[in-house]
Amino acid sequence: MVAHAIFFYVFSIIAIISAIMVTVSKNTVHSVFFLILDFISISCLFIMIGAEFLGMIMLIVYVGAVAVLFLFVVMMLNVAQQKNQWFNSELTPSSHIPVGLIISTIIFFELIIVVGGWKYKPELSNPNTTQISNEVSNTHSLGQVLYTDYIHIFQISGMILLIAMIGAIVLTFRRREGVKTQSYLKQISREKSEGIEVLEVPSNKGVKIDD
Amino acid sequence: MTDIGLGHYLTLGAVIFSIGVIGIFLNRKNIIVILMSIELILLAVNINLVSFSIYLGDLTGQVFTLFILTVAAAEAAIGLAIIVVYYRNAGTIRVEEIDKLKG
Repeated sequence: MVAHAIFFYVFSIIAIISAIMVTVSKNTVHSVFFLILDFISISCLFIMIGAEFLGMIMLIVYVGAVAVLFLFVVMMLNVAQQKNQWFNSELTPSSHIPVGLIISTIIFFELIIVVGGWKYKPELSNPNTTQISNEVSNTHSLGQVLYTDYIHIFQISGMILLIAMIGAIVLTFRRREGVKTQSYLKQISREKSEGIEVLEVPSNKGVKIDD
Repeated sequence: MTDIGLGHYLTLGAVIFSIGVIGIFLNRKNIIVILMSIELILLAVNINLVSFSIYLGDLTGQVFTLFILTVAAAEAAIGLAIIVVYYRNAGTIRVEEIDKLKG
């Protein structure tokens, strides 16, 4: 129990500090690295409390794909050196800052109230749809419900990924003018009759091609 | 103190959610950091779902966390594509200069 507490506090303190650093760090590349650190500590927490499949998937999806995507975009757009200008009143009306603080404080206290209600009235919930069994592993039990009970949502999420891929390609695709490329249609619709010409070659004169 | 329960995980989720909301409001740099704050908010939601799922013994939360992960990845890809296109057209992604909609 003590080990659980120690690991929980270590990982959650790292997660909170790196979440703060994501928002306040001056360099956007540093923000991306702190985001990676945040996801790694949260996935450690997930693995620790027994959701090991989700922890691993989170590492693969976020650290392996999304964070690298962010890094690529940050480096491509040349924004890494832009200075943080929070309190520069001529560029930004600093009235955003109290509004943001008020709203996020309200949200935080609402969530704390929810936690308190959970603690003092635990009978509010009515949990029994898919019980976690102790006989098979976490990955096994997720697979058992994911491809049977949730197959339609699973396929819809696949469609969402497909649409996101098509959308990203369509948005960033640029057709350049004046670039010579292969025309596949022209190439595969050539025929023998128009591609080959048989000529009689007179001796000592030759023939003129490419006319 | 050493007895870690559901409330600890939910508090962690609440703290990270609030930091994400603060990040959206306070950000004056570029819009990529706003996307990262949205990722933090989705991460906080995932923490809540997974901790409820573990402490209630119900697998549904983890299944939905998987779907949230999928949608978050798609959202990051589309959002970054939009940012790339906007940067190509307008030459800037600073938050205070993106005011075409007069919002």
